Amino acid sequence: MKLLVCISKAPDTTAKIAFTDGDTKFDENGVQFIVNPYDEWYALVRALELTETSGGTVTTITVGTAADDPTIRKALAIGATDAVRIDADPKDSFYVAKQIAEYAKANEYDIVLTGKETINYNGAQVGAMVAELLGQPFVSLATKLEVAGNVATLERDVSGGIEVVEVGTPFVLSAAKGMAEQRIPNMRGIMAARTKPLNVVQPVDCDDLTSVVAYSKPDEKAACKYIDPENMDELVNLLHTEAKVI
Amino acid sequence: MTVVVFVESKNGNLVKAGLEAVSYGKRIGETTVVTFGDLSSDALAGAGTYGASKVLVHRGITEGNGDQLTQLVAKTAESLGADVVVLAQDQTGKSIGPRIAAKLGAGHVSSAVDVPDTSNGFVVKTNVFSGKAFAHVAVNSAIKVISYTPNSLAATKDGGNAPVEELNLDLGDNRITVKERKLQEGDVAPLPEAELVVSAGRGLKGPENWGIVEDLAKTLGATTACSRPVADIGWRPHHEHVGQTGIAIRPNLYIASGISGAIQHLAGVNGSKTIVVINTDAEAPFFKAADYGVIGDAFEVLPRLTEAIKKFKESNN
Ligand SMILES: Cc1cc2nc3c(=O)[nH]c(=O)nc-3n(C[C@H](O)[C@H](O)[C@H](O)COP(=O)(O)OP(=O)(O)OC[C@H]3O[C@@H](n4cnc5c(N)ncnc54)[C@H](O)[C@@H]3O)c2cc1C
Ligand SMILES: Nc1ncnc2c1ncn2[C@@H]1O[C@H](COP(=O)(O)O)[C@@H](O)[C@H]1O
Repeated sequence: MKLLVCISKAPDTTAKIAFTDGDTKFDENGVQFIVNPYDEWYALVRALELTETSGGTVTTITVGTAADDPTIRKALAIGATDAVRIDADPKDSFYVAKQIAEYAKANEYDIVLTGKETINYNGAQVGAMVAELLGQPFVSLATKLEVAGNVATLERDVSGGIEVVEVGTPFVLSAAKGMAEQRIPNMRGIMAARTKPLNVVQPVDCDDLTSVVAYSKPDEKAACKYIDPENMDELVNLLHTEAKVI
Repeated sequence: MTVVVFVESKNGNLVKAGLEAVSYGKRIGETTVVTFGDLSSDALAGAGTYGASKVLVHRGITEGNGDQLTQLVAKTAESLGADVVVLAQDQTGKSIGPRIAAKLGAGHVSSAVDVPDTSNGFVVKTNVFSGKAFAHVAVNSAIKVISYTPNSLAATKDGGNAPVEELNLDLGDNRITVKERKLQEGDVAPLPEAELVVSAGRGLKGPENWGIVEDLAKTLGATTACSRPVADIGWRPHHEHVGQTGIAIRPNLYIASGISGAIQHLAGVNGSKTIVVINTDAEAPFFKAADYGVIGDAFEVLPRLTEAIKKFKESNN
């Protein structure tokens, strides 16, 4: 099986969110970056499990600059065979999807796995766009994946419940919680990752379909109003008359 | 502007998030709804109330599937010469919104929380960093696709019935076979759409204690949710897990008991309009994000709150 896993970096979940350059850029000062949890915990680990039992390779692909290399090395330390970095500062999701689709087209994978979404931009866009650009089926929000020959059986989240679906390879999926358990890289993996191939590839041209003009922050919350735990009638009254939510 | 809004139906109704998207579309321009399935024309005409001037229905697809739905919306948008396509960013929206955009060569905006600002270009306010910030995204392409975040704007109901037309389009193959579908029982709203949510965390000590959470939810007509560790240790089903790595929600009311309010939990719930926190620890970080706080034991406070709600409902009837 030949698998391609899309890996992106994201600020650590506890990072302080601030902006610079007149609120047009995310302030990376002092921010720790991690592998986007959906990409690492679910997509990558499930891809590794599948190749460990049925053979094959797991290549990771990242659209990013050299600043992404530590993230990529972490994915290699967890067990990926090799890595590709498309050398570009990603402008929007379509740009990323276009780069990944071009690479995947030339190299033919059985399954392209993405995370459900990045935790910084929460776009949930790249996987679906890659599928459309490749002309392949897209299984969104997959929580289970089994492959037998060239047919895959997946469980996925749908509005109001879950679905069990079958699809032939090649296809694209986005991975959500449930697919696999997080793996902590061991020393051997970390050592091995240093010498695994990380191929840097030039991007293809692509128009900017969208661009961020500014960032803003939600209004500060007013201070919390404390209510006597003995007096829930007062809480109900406030929810009705003040908050107007019941 | 010409707007096409995709709306799905569930349990014999057009879904609430979709109807909000119709009202959203109406605020941008002349809005046509495109939908599928066997919902009666009378029920479909009701989309007019929310702002649709026409409803197009494809009777040929009965089960939602990405391949044909992508075709349905993209082809409809093309044939109407749409400037903007809108869909609710629920599970179905996530599987087709970006595909429709890629197919149309359109810029796609996800997690939109407000109508586009067209005073200078076409700029949409969106949720980013798990609700900790907004991005104002300019769409540079001629046609634009917007995935609207459910519960961001209230639906408006000032229109009349809309005419309904059946669509006869070839939508190609569906390459994914649905083997089984397990839908949630009962009539509680699924989490992403729920207006009222009652949630609990590790402070509840064990799954056997969830009765008091469910009683409150039932009395309120709310959907239940939980923190991540509670789903991880199997006290509650995974689909109840809210937060950065679970479902992001923005109900009108979020009641959290026995949840500390870790930043990753807040990331999924801080879009809620009103937050009530019940915790024994006055120092719990969640109080900083709360509108109303109750420093107290969930085991005593929850039943008391349930009684108070019952009393309120009776006196309001
Ligand atoms: C990358 C990453 C992603 C994560 N994603 C998520 C996510 O999506 N969602 C999520 O929830 N978490 C997430 N977490 C975990 C998060 O950091 C917290 O560990 C988790 O939210 C804590 O759950 P809790 O509040 O239920 O438990 P605890 O932190 O153990 O808090 C229990 C609370 O209950 C209170 N309590 C105890 N007894 C009572 C009582 N009798 N009555 C009332 N209160 C009581 C305590 O004072 C305490 O505040 C993530 C963590 C990481 C690292
Ligand atoms: N720059 C990137 N390089 C590689 N993969 C990415 C990149 N950005 C996003 N992805 C993949 O696409 C998924 C969805 O991202 P998004 O559409 O940005 O929410 C992520 O979970 C990744 O798997």
